[in-house]
Amino acid sequence: MSEKRRFEPKIVAFFCNWCTYTAADLAGVSRIKYAPNARVIRVMCSGRVDPQFILDAFAKGADGVLLGGCHPGDCHYAEGNYKTLRRMRLLERMLKGMGIEDGRFRLEWISGAEGDKVKVVINDMVEKVRALGPLDLPGRAKGWDKELEALAHGVRKSEDKKEPTHA
Amino acid sequence: MRIGFYICHCGTNIAGTIDAAAVRDFAAELPGVAVSRDYKYMCSDPGQEMIVQDIRDNKLDRLVVAACSPSLHEETFRKAAAKGGMNSFFFQMVNIREHNAWVHEDKAAATQKAKDQVRAAITRVRFHKALEKKSVPVNANVLVVGGGIAGIHAALTLANAGKTVTLVERDSTIGGHMALFDKTFPTLDCAACILTPKMSAVKNHPNITLWTYSEVSKVEGYVGNYKVTVKRKTRYIKEDLCVGCLDCIEACVFKEPKFRDDFNQGLSKRKPVYMSFPQATPKLVTIDPETCIQLKTGKCRKSCAEACDRKAIDFELKDEMKELEVGAIILATGFSAFDPKRHAYYGYGRYPNVYSALEVERLVNASGPTNGEVVLRDGKHPKAIGIIHCVGSRDEHTNKWCSRVCCMYSLKLAHLLKEHTGAEIYDFYIDMRTPGKTYEEFYDRLLQEGVHFIRGRVAEVNDWAMTPEEEGKLVIRVEDTLAGFVRRIPVDMVVLSQGLEARKDAGDVRRLFNIGCGTEGFFQERHPKLAPVSTFADGIFIAGACQGPKDIPDTVAQAGAAAAEALALVDAGHVELEPNTSHVVEEECCGCKSCVPLCPYSAISFDEAKKKASINEVLCKGCGVCAAACPSGSIRQNLFEDEELFGEIEGVLS
Repeated sequence: MSEKRRFEPKIVAFFCNWCTYTAADLAGVSRIKYAPNARVIRVMCSGRVDPQFILDAFAKGADGVLLGGCHPGDCHYAEGNYKTLRRMRLLERMLKGMGIEDGRFRLEWISGAEGDKVKVVINDMVEKVRALGPLDLPGRAKGWDKELEALAHGVRKSEDKKEPTHA
Repeated sequence: MRIGFYICHCGTNIAGTIDAAAVRDFAAELPGVAVSRDYKYMCSDPGQEMIVQDIRDNKLDRLVVAACSPSLHEETFRKAAAKGGMNSFFFQMVNIREHNAWVHEDKAAATQKAKDQVRAAITRVRFHKALEKKSVPVNANVLVVGGGIAGIHAALTLANAGKTVTLVERDSTIGGHMALFDKTFPTLDCAACILTPKMSAVKNHPNITLWTYSEVSKVEGYVGNYKVTVKRKTRYIKEDLCVGCLDCIEACVFKEPKFRDDFNQGLSKRKPVYMSFPQATPKLVTIDPETCIQLKTGKCRKSCAEACDRKAIDFELKDEMKELEVGAIILATGFSAFDPKRHAYYGYGRYPNVYSALEVERLVNASGPTNGEVVLRDGKHPKAIGIIHCVGSRDEHTNKWCSRVCCMYSLKLAHLLKEHTGAEIYDFYIDMRTPGKTYEEFYDRLLQEGVHFIRGRVAEVNDWAMTPEEEGKLVIRVEDTLAGFVRRIPVDMVVLSQGLEARKDAGDVRRLFNIGCGTEGFFQERHPKLAPVSTFADGIFIAGACQGPKDIPDTVAQAGAAAAEALALVDAGHVELEPNTSHVVEEECCGCKSCVPLCPYSAISFDEAKKKASINEVLCKGCGVCAAACPSGSIRQNLFEDEELFGEIEGVLS
């Protein structure tokens, strides 16, 4: 039997235009090689990233989401990355509650000069998410639907047996 | 919807890794795609013409090009779209070169990634809206920060073109590092002779306002319309009255100079009231508040003020804040020389006869502390001198980069020291780097002059004599890599050729002006080859050694380039801005005010009567923070609307 194909995680990466996107451009110009699993979506500032984008990416099948912004104090828009940080700390707690493991979402500060850090972060994230295995939130969501349905069914059945308490 | 899709081979840059035909065929099947083509160079004229023609012939209403980074060719294809008669913002670029072909080796995986990227853009572009660039007027005045040779040259170039320039310098005089030098390599022409006429020209130019002893403290606004606050520190001298006669210095209660003279690198002393050097520009004295008795204690005879017949000294003067409005800014803030104390094994600061190169520049200078006589700290004249290259350059422990100028200035110092002292000169180098017009010839000349060149990184400088000849000398221990053995060379004087590094406060300065720094700390240019004096902040340019180590000819050339870029900007009279600002859809705004405190530019206001937020598009810089925070989703950022970004997410994942 041929060797089982290695799981290749799908990573969606939101990169800010001024620091991290530029760093990824620099990595390209410098021909720094890294794992091909990340798909970059450019935003002007990491502060543009609505937590909904990250949830949506997971819901649509991403195994990991990476958010890259300028280092604290270096934001092109003065303080957008602080707002990102605040939002993402809350989001991380929410993700945990949803059963999405640590490491599937990652916030990194990568400056325009740190082409090498793009490689290090993406490679490291791909390895860690690969170890976690597929997230398959769409598949899990179907399971949750079934569970809910079963619960609802159970409630209906018990309600059928009982007399209504009021009209 | 009729989408045109194009994939560029970029020669083999892209097509060498990504199967362009496969991506083309894949895109052709995506919904809405009317035309899908591949071409060797999309950015070439025939490539663009193909797009223009297709838009007309096939009535395309959206355009997607998969090629390089949008920072390179987004504008090119927007223009092609416009030429074909399409709104240029109906275009989306896919970066399959920098973000894909150049960083991946697995061709199948790279091609799959390219397909995902393309699908994202094609899904997104459907939601694009027609937009227009905003045109804003540009203030024609320019601010130059830093009064070294770079700032001087840039200011003069702009002023000669008829622009009003303000030159701000932190020090009490302009001139920068170049004013410290005696001679310049490789021509050995006198630094002062070529610099001081330019300094005077700055002072006397009707279009230049020179503010020395001043610092930029605040920068607001955007390209073409910067508002800058400058702190003008007081010298405790009425600048319009002082004529630089120096009578006050003579009259100071300190009969002898007592305090470190920074201009002479601490090789001499100065009084609390001082002028850095005779050709200081502007020709004004300055009172140092750290050492002046009157300013420190308020109890001094004030003999200096008495001596001034023009009554120019006033201890009550205060710092002033001045506001400026400019269209462009040139940063020419220079470098710091490496502190040789960080290489403890070379003995700087421990052995008095170990000198930094900048100290030696002053020592050999006819207007220096010894009038050009090379006399050591112990009063002796050196018979043997060792010059050590790469102190704080090409070193894993300190600075990894080559400082570019040290080999050449070491050769210059070798020549000058030999000329001034007749001593034996030993020059220790790792590699002799002399790239530049007539530079190698200068090295040849030094070989002819009998300087001893020893190839090897010096291990240590100490005073432990092992033989009678070494008694009372400094011993340089080095592995001579050409001879193949370790040598001990006794000398009377050691010169450490310091490397160049970013100024200590370069990080603060770049934050002030909202530009970037490389990992080594120098200011980051927008593109290393094609935009070497531009930065990521439009309208802010960089010149000289603040961008990286360079010699005087390169610095002047770069200053001219920065002046030309600034001129091109301010002369156009107006500038077009990306329309990526945000706006509030009033009907959907619930009046929660969440967005109002988020905006760092105070662009969002709240109309209490209507209970709605509104965004001032002139103040908005287009970060999108408010759009992400709005709970009702009523704030839209042009080019980055929710549906566009959700489309992209769906595209990369489906």
